[in-house]
Amino acid sequence: MNLHEYQARALLERYGIPFPPAEVATTPAEARAIAQRLGGPVVVKAQVHAGGRGKAGGVQVAPDPEAAGAAAARILQLTIKGLAVHRVLVAPATDIAAETYMGVIVDRASQRPLLMVSAAGGVDIEEVAATAPERIHRVSVDPRYGLLPHQATALAFGAYADRGHARAAAQIMQQLYTAVYGVGASLAEINPLATTPDGRLLALDAKIVIDDNELDQRPEIAALRDPTADTPAEARARAAGLSFLKLSGSVGCCVNGAGLAMATMDLVKHYGGEPANFLDIGGSSSPGKVVAALEIITSDPAVKAILFNIFGGITRCDDVAQGIVQATAHVSLRVPLVIRLTGTNDRQAVEILTGAGFAALTDMDDAVRRAVALAAGAA
Amino acid sequence: MSIFIDRTTRLVVQGITGRDGSFHARQMIGYGTRVVAGVTPGKGGTLFDGVVPVYDTVADAVRETEPNAAVIYVPAVAAVAAIFEAADAGLGLIVCITEGIPVLAMTRVLPFLHERGARLIGPNCPGLIAPGRSKIGIIPGTICTPGRIGVVSRSGTLTYEIIHQLSSHGLGQSTCVGIGGDPLIGTSFIHCLSAFEADPDTDAVVLIGEIGGTDEQQAAEFVQRAMTKPVVGFIAGQTAPPGRRMGHAGAIVSGPASTAAEKMAALTRAGIAVMPRPADVVPLLQERL
Repeated sequence: MNLHEYQARALLERYGIPFPPAEVATTPAEARAIAQRLGGPVVVKAQVHAGGRGKAGGVQVAPDPEAAGAAAARILQLTIKGLAVHRVLVAPATDIAAETYMGVIVDRASQRPLLMVSAAGGVDIEEVAATAPERIHRVSVDPRYGLLPHQATALAFGAYADRGHARAAAQIMQQLYTAVYGVGASLAEINPLATTPDGRLLALDAKIVIDDNELDQRPEIAALRDPTADTPAEARARAAGLSFLKLSGSVGCCVNGAGLAMATMDLVKHYGGEPANFLDIGGSSSPGKVVAALEIITSDPAVKAILFNIFGGITRCDDVAQGIVQATAHVSLRVPLVIRLTGTNDRQAVEILTGAGFAALTDMDDAVRRAVALAAGAA
Repeated sequence: MSIFIDRTTRLVVQGITGRDGSFHARQMIGYGTRVVAGVTPGKGGTLFDGVVPVYDTVADAVRETEPNAAVIYVPAVAAVAAIFEAADAGLGLIVCITEGIPVLAMTRVLPFLHERGARLIGPNCPGLIAPGRSKIGIIPGTICTPGRIGVVSRSGTLTYEIIHQLSSHGLGQSTCVGIGGDPLIGTSFIHCLSAFEADPDTDAVVLIGEIGGTDEQQAAEFVQRAMTKPVVGFIAGQTAPPGRRMGHAGAIVSGPASTAAEKMAALTRAGIAVMPRPADVVPLLQERL
């Protein structure tokens, strides 16, 4: 789960990381009032789950409260990468002498947290990694002992010439590392960590991604989810316990298991179609889940055919077939449905479905080809 | 022969009285797995299905029944503790089916296992099966047939799909291992490939990968350097958009190396035949056997 900048900074402030004062506004009038309180020039920043906010006009500097209100008015009307902006963060426009990047990720290869620091701050760290990897200093942390003081110091001296700044940076590294385990983050970044002309270190932007698997145990973090960041279909899928992602094609896919779902989408593409979505219906394939899946898929007007791909292992195919027959009685279908089932009792399943008037097959390639052809014919 | 398990494997089931644990304990017993004990705290002293003794702790089960492997079916909130407990009781093979364990918890679990020399398979995996001998986990026994193909995969039902293709064309399996769909897992492709290479009863290996991380690239490098047996591969997620999680916690394109295209290229460079479709597994293997 992605957090907004304002949420990330509020969490990191609890661990002692220094940020300039800032407040969230949802209207131009609020933005103007915050700028008034802060005094001096401010920066108004869109709070939206999308990278490249600056390029999209979502970050604007305002010299006075009137201009801050006007900037907020403009930004609150923006849609950045398909997401409407509902909030802005108003912060003082800080003078910057230098910018660094500081981040913690969980590294899959070493199976440990990895702390990264780069003097090339303020820009996209992926870009630095691609063009100048030697400018990123890394340390792999043994979680049994935590970030050791000498590890932090060594990284800090790699990025800062001044001893005082290096010491302050090493402390912020400790705070960031502690915050990662404290909030259940799979990624936490400060970019940039600015050095001000008077020699203070200040975090000017922050990003946190929470591991979804932490949310059950952390209701206060789960409450930070922004429901407006989900499309209605995604919200519906979440409520129904389905793993769903909308794509741009015309073949709706409903599959049990994430790996098989991906392979099914790939096969749609292989036969010249485009998948409309990723949808993992999970193990049980109960009628209730099938109904929810069908409603979510058919709510997309681009969908011209729906493909079910079910591997029946311990869940028997004939049970799944009964579930589909029951479910489709409750949903009016405007597009053709192709159902492929294989595994335990697949022949009985095909009989049940064929008897109910559905196209039912046991071969995955046959079913995908049929669905792709139907989607193309209806287009 | 088979890898990691065989007819002599003695299994303790953690969470044996729960909904999933009891169902799959029966499935495993029905398949012939030697389930010697179950563990559910508070239900020690009872018998599961009138046959399998249940203990309060894994240590009690180890003392009384001498298992050498554990399988974990407990909910995510208790699964980390269950892994620590199994390793502390001295079990050398721990299979964790549970999905939903936080990745930061795994950073603490894995060093604990390494120190004790315990192998963890999973978490968030279907387990493993040596067809006709033993199974630990949830892979349906009905789709497998005994034979000489090794299967290793990050997925569940996609693995079943490929096993089903193999079985329906007369290609039986020596062992099928689902290593799990999470970012941090206990047993990698390389561990399994290395075991298959050493197993005299495995002739060829099917590797099923997906987007996310670079485990497939490391596996490819290992195959090129250290394997003599043929390997065929499949990578799921060619149509996955970047930055979005595709069901599995670990299935996310998070950089140029983690895409399906990049992984398929790495496998091809290492001399691994990459199947464009799951159905191509059979002809590709037949060409190489």
